[in-house]
Amino acid sequence: METPDGLSDRVLWAIGAIYALLIAASIVTAILRQRSPGEGTNELSRRVTSWWFMITIFTIAIVTNRIVSTVFLGFMTFLAFKEYISLIQTRRVDRLILLFAYLAIPVQFTFAHMNSYGLFLVFIPVWMFLFFPMAMTLTGKTEGFLRAVGTLSWGLMITVFALSHTAMLLAADDAVAGPAGGAGLLLFLVALTQFNDVAQFTWGKLFGRHKIVPKVSPKKTWEGFLGGLGSTIILAAIAGPFLTPLPFYYAALAGGMIAIAGFLGDITISAFKRDLGVKDSGGLIPGHGGILDRVDSLTYAAPVFYHAMHFFAFSGRI
Amino acid sequence: MTRVLQVLFFVLVVRPVLLVILGMNVRGREHLPEKGPAIIAANHNSHLDTLTLMALFPLKDLHRLRPAAAADYFLSNKWLAWFATNIIGIIPLTRGGVRKNPLADLEAALDRDEILILFPEGSRGEPEQRAEFKRGVAYLAKARPQVPVYPVFMHGLGKALPRGSLVLVPFNCDVIAGAAIRWTGDTGPFMEELEINMNALAAQGQFQPWE
Repeated sequence: METPDGLSDRVLWAIGAIYALLIAASIVTAILRQRSPGEGTNELSRRVTSWWFMITIFTIAIVTNRIVSTVFLGFMTFLAFKEYISLIQTRRVDRLILLFAYLAIPVQFTFAHMNSYGLFLVFIPVWMFLFFPMAMTLTGKTEGFLRAVGTLSWGLMITVFALSHTAMLLAADDAVAGPAGGAGLLLFLVALTQFNDVAQFTWGKLFGRHKIVPKVSPKKTWEGFLGGLGSTIILAAIAGPFLTPLPFYYAALAGGMIAIAGFLGDITISAFKRDLGVKDSGGLIPGHGGILDRVDSLTYAAPVFYHAMHFFAFSGRI
Repeated sequence: MTRVLQVLFFVLVVRPVLLVILGMNVRGREHLPEKGPAIIAANHNSHLDTLTLMALFPLKDLHRLRPAAAADYFLSNKWLAWFATNIIGIIPLTRGGVRKNPLADLEAALDRDEILILFPEGSRGEPEQRAEFKRGVAYLAKARPQVPVYPVFMHGLGKALPRGSLVLVPFNCDVIAGAAIRWTGDTGPFMEELEINMNALAAQGQFQPWE
């Protein structure tokens, strides 16, 4: 059965399952809090509360209709890009150029909404890549030029281009998107990426001993990473056949890719923040930090998952 | 009536813009006074500074917030004057005035238990660059020694809307409020203490230079 605008029942069932998980997490947190009250469990409780808000906002955005979902994804991207631009060193002379960089967001998400693969792929990596150095050249200020061009280009790629792949998944053609449509693919990606973050954190807290990149992200351990990877593969194998066109073994593989890419995205944003000497990218989400802190894993997981799907599944190669 | 318009302006315009287009990271909100009389002393980068500071307070206290602002600028034409006086609720200050006590209106506001918003740098100046605080705040503290003075450091709004620009570019802004200081009996040491507190607040953030 399908809802009027084509949202599959499967997406609603999957959201129901996520809420069941959330209720379980809230119960566990409440028990932990009672057993050992303190700042540690308070922080945990703040995080879980934020999850309630984030999942509810995401649910409303995804079930309403595809335009609302795309605008929502674009708005999240705007917030992430704004956090990036606000943290890095920018030049006064580039103020209006930055306004143009913001305007690239609605354009990119429109291309994604149109499912226009070619325009979507070239707009930022080619056209914006050429446009901003030109505009900065015309300001006439060469001091700090390379840094300004470099940081703006990378920022646009890691936030706007990377995150716009979520909207591209949503726009996937019904013929190739699988039993739950584009919304199912988006839910699969986002839920697994966030699940992997939480699983890595939990495994790391419980068993973490051997650090992976202590200078970048001292809390990331091999135990956490591998525990997260295993948990995410298992969940992906279960959820994949339900939400995507993938059979369980390919879905497990996709889950593994999401877990690894998510980890890499996480530590890449950590390296960026560490370079600037900040801990969080913002203070928007209590217990989590900024939007960029929450979508850091997605900056890698979204492009990797989308292009794997595009190459193997959408084209019929598997 | 103007109180209703003021609340509407903050609910429908100021808060959505601050929330959606700009985005605020507020630290030390718990330091801010719950009631007057009080003095907020902040650095000044943009016209948005005043609106941002006012938005930190509950709507019911909006009419108790009184930003001190230059009369020659804000009363220069009658539309701006109406807006500044009624919607923002400024107390106009005459620069280089001839009055006996230039601070009389501010003292009167404190006596009415209002919360003054002062920018001791005087003008917005170069965006995101601190200028030395003028001593007016010390004279005011001396006149009303029981009134607490709250240092507040702000960053980012000078990038979003610097002096001389009409185009708003989205930037997150940081507001860092500190604990109150009180009149210490001497102008020099009071100004020094305020300066030290402002520097300490600024050092809480990792802000990149903006040139």
